Amino acid sequence: MSAPTGQPAAPILTAHRAGLAGCARCGRVWPSDQVKCRRCGAHLVPPDRRGLQAVWAWWLAGLICYIPANVFPMMSTQTFAGLAGNSEATILGGVAELIHYGSYDIAIIVFVASIIVPMGKFIAIAWLATVAGRPATVDQAHTRLKTYEVVEFIGRWSMIDVFVVAILSALVQLGFVASIHPGPAAVSFALSVAFTMLSAQSFDARLIWRGLPLRSKTD
Amino acid sequence: MEREPTYDLKTGRGLMACPRCDALHVEEDLDLGETARCIRCGTVLAKPRDGAFAQLIALAFTSVVLLVGAVFFPFLEVSTMGFGNASSLFDVALAFAEGVLLPLVLAVLAMIIGLPILRSVLLLYTLVPLAQGRPPRRHAARAYRWSEILRPWSMAEIFVIGTAVALVKVAGLATVHLGPAFWAFCALIFVNLASRAFMCQTSIWDAIEDAGLQTEFGPRATPAPPSQPLPRPEDA
Repeated sequence: MSAPTGQPAAPILTAHRAGLAGCARCGRVWPSDQVKCRRCGAHLVPPDRRGLQAVWAWWLAGLICYIPANVFPMMSTQTFAGLAGNSEATILGGVAELIHYGSYDIAIIVFVASIIVPMGKFIAIAWLATVAGRPATVDQAHTRLKTYEVVEFIGRWSMIDVFVVAILSALVQLGFVASIHPGPAAVSFALSVAFTMLSAQSFDARLIWRGLPLRSKTD
Repeated sequence: MEREPTYDLKTGRGLMACPRCDALHVEEDLDLGETARCIRCGTVLAKPRDGAFAQLIALAFTSVVLLVGAVFFPFLEVSTMGFGNASSLFDVALAFAEGVLLPLVLAVLAMIIGLPILRSVLLLYTLVPLAQGRPPRRHAARAYRWSEILRPWSMAEIFVIGTAVALVKVAGLATVHLGPAFWAFCALIFVNLASRAFMCQTSIWDAIEDAGLQTEFGPRATPAPPSQPLPRPEDA
């Protein structure tokens, strides 16, 4: 496909700048007074900073849920009906336990998926929402878009820990010998991941390009 | 291109906006196998592939079969000191049917079983009539839009990695055997990857639109004025 503008040095014409509304889901272009895309039914929203309120709201909800997810135990293990020990492990405790048993690779997976990724995601979304719509060079815009795509791609992988707890507690129901029960942190961690996914989804990537100067060499 | 593509800067006809950065592009018919990228951000705009609809239908059907099998066949089998426990995902759901953690179990089951099946069904609903050259069913656009909205929430591949982690954790406690349902999930990952490679949203939207679903979401527009020669943007 080609740009409607002919000369490469000219600024990129966006649907918004042309007085049109582009559908962020299917790409169809409509007159700007259209409120709903008539092809796919998605709402047509102009790319402005008002949409960031939803991003911040979900972000905060995710952050709030992330605190109990780290404080409370993820699951509790009962061996020999509690005679041989009844251990509760938080996320960090679980990682420490894995290291203790020598399975470093799995420890790294869990550590990355449930500590590094959520933290990085909070920071990245906050940064994107802060700088969105601010002037940027083309290179900066590309960095922001890349960051956004990484956040969007990697967000769902934090669910690993929730699945681990679900599988373990379903699997290890061996009556007297051993049983595992999920703890309250499992629920709040799942909610935290879901909220940050919603936060990332409600970020409008078109804002990244809004602040670009109208004329530049490569854009 | 044999003919100059026509577009209308007043109504947006014949134009496409990049969903990522809003840059305007003139719609052109691509040859099969070509890939169109946004001139500004490089997002793939369209990649029509030969026989893509048939492939997508086959893959969606495959994933329904795999998922139904994954629900009822044993997933993992664990045994230690004579105590055994073979669990299919269906058993797991029943085991938690009463308890405070029911919402969590329901959410997990929805993400690994419910949503993937729902997405496949929605996709079949949209694509089967299109592939046969018939007009799309009612609400085909809504069905396809939902299947795309639900994409990030169907987490079968993450579940497989989660299972691997769980296996290591439980290995010291008991012996674990993998059941057929686990392998069904592994196969599902590859089905999803293949489906991803054939999926071109723009082609599907265009096919839905061309098959006559233009006015599902609103009153019919005033008929567009006959294509008059419009000023090229650089002249404007």
